[in-house]
Amino acid sequence: MNFVKYGIIFGMTEKVFMKGNEVIAEAAVQAGCRFYAGYPITPQNEIPEYMSWRMDEVGGVFIQAESELAAINMVYGASACGKRAMTSSSSPGISLKQECISYLAGSELPAVIVNIQRGGPGLGNISGSQADYFQAVKGGGHGDYRMIVYAPYNLQELWDLTMLAFDKADEYRTPVMILGDGIIGQMMEPYIPKPYIRPVLPEKGWALTGCAGRAPNVIKSLYMGEGELEMKNNMLQAKYRKIKESEVKYEALHTEDAEVIVVAFGSAARIASSSVRDLRHAGLKVGLFRPITLFPFPEKELQRLSGKGVKFLTVELNAGQMVEDVRLAVNGRSEVLFYGRPGGAIITHDEIQDRIQEIYSGKVLAC
Amino acid sequence: MKEISIIVAGFGGQGILFLGRLIAYGGMIEQKEVTCFPSYGAEMRGGTANCTVILSDSMIGSPIVRNPDMLIAMNEASLKRFQPGVRKDGLLLYDSSFIKSPELRTDIFSISIPASEIAASLSASRIKPANMVMFGAMIAHTGAISEENALIALERLTSQKRKDDIGLNRDAIRRGIMFIEDKKSKDS
Repeated sequence: MNFVKYGIIFGMTEKVFMKGNEVIAEAAVQAGCRFYAGYPITPQNEIPEYMSWRMDEVGGVFIQAESELAAINMVYGASACGKRAMTSSSSPGISLKQECISYLAGSELPAVIVNIQRGGPGLGNISGSQADYFQAVKGGGHGDYRMIVYAPYNLQELWDLTMLAFDKADEYRTPVMILGDGIIGQMMEPYIPKPYIRPVLPEKGWALTGCAGRAPNVIKSLYMGEGELEMKNNMLQAKYRKIKESEVKYEALHTEDAEVIVVAFGSAARIASSSVRDLRHAGLKVGLFRPITLFPFPEKELQRLSGKGVKFLTVELNAGQMVEDVRLAVNGRSEVLFYGRPGGAIITHDEIQDRIQEIYSGKVLAC
Repeated sequence: MKEISIIVAGFGGQGILFLGRLIAYGGMIEQKEVTCFPSYGAEMRGGTANCTVILSDSMIGSPIVRNPDMLIAMNEASLKRFQPGVRKDGLLLYDSSFIKSPELRTDIFSISIPASEIAASLSASRIKPANMVMFGAMIAHTGAISEENALIALERLTSQKRKDDIGLNRDAIRRGIMFIEDKKSKDS
């Protein structure tokens, strides 16, 4: 069966109209993901639902696991065997997966983990939120590890970044997270299903593929020997430094002459883009800076934009998380303000506009 | 047209989400930017369902709106919940088969359409495509989607197991368009 059930062709371009969650699932399949394990939770249920029939079609494995823990440990197993593997969940379920994410990082296993965030803490609610920023970028599990975190803001990016996530996971032998939310996961809009082009990647000589005729491979995160663990950690840190040097992604809109720069990611950036567009039309020098990778964070670029009397307004669907990284990057050279609403509320574009206008009119802003 | 935001709301089972997807898909064929954001989660059959559709000439920011330009209300509860949020001078289309004596705002433009009665007159079967009558009325009134493209959207979004209903749905769209055309000729 052709997955493109809802496509339409315009000239040379085909556009497909699907739900965000389905876009992630199909992009994963096209990128060669052949193992998916998950456990149901709203608002990401379309991912396992889609994988349940799609994996069967492509000869992959779909498992509805008995728990989130089981699901991510199955992903660990599939990845150790050299397969492209993915799991997905939403905030409370991602909390449960943290232990194994740390193990994946420690064992240097590639995997893609999708978090379609909902309101927290606890069970919270099922609508969109960005309150898992800290958990995603600061290491939600134990130990000194990082993972690459992509924050898509439309369905085209869900497609492109999911594919990229598999490549980067393999390239660096590291877990990679797609950090979306209930808005981007549930919404439908057209995107162009660009075909997956596999880059040149290192062979998975480390994979557990049966050791007949070669020395056995060992996949582990336990290093008890004298000096062993420190060496391993130094190696991991070197890898994270390389990721910071090479993998930063961001988008800057009207930032060069901007007096106020909104910094936002994912759905919040999407909402803010309307505010910035409208205020530009009204003649205000407003820009939008959108980190696409949350780790590595685009700190050098933010640093470059700071000073010169520029003010930053960080907008998030949480009580203020990424704003800390913006402040670290700006390092006192510019004022960094915050506007956000915590889990349970969605910001509208006119709220952001009001805040920007308050900054312009010189009113003091609570942050 | 620059941008139209529409909330479609009614009972679960009335084809609310299908109508929302049709409007969005029809808009996509018209080469517009579109988004469709369904309500999800706590909804159940017989309860309320709604979705927000945006058609635009430029990139769409938030797919969620509180003050839509248009409301398509298929039952009383939906009218009560969403009418207060409609933008001033906005448009309300409502199914007067279900909504008998509504309290209507005077600062928005309202059109009553007996969509369920029109739908029931088309077929003796249990399928009563009132949502398609509304779709026809919506495209005829706004001109946002041509009838031809509306029918392509219907064809593409109809699942295999519902293919038999396409003829009936087409008729219902046509009747919705006719209803608005008749009304316009009477009004002029």
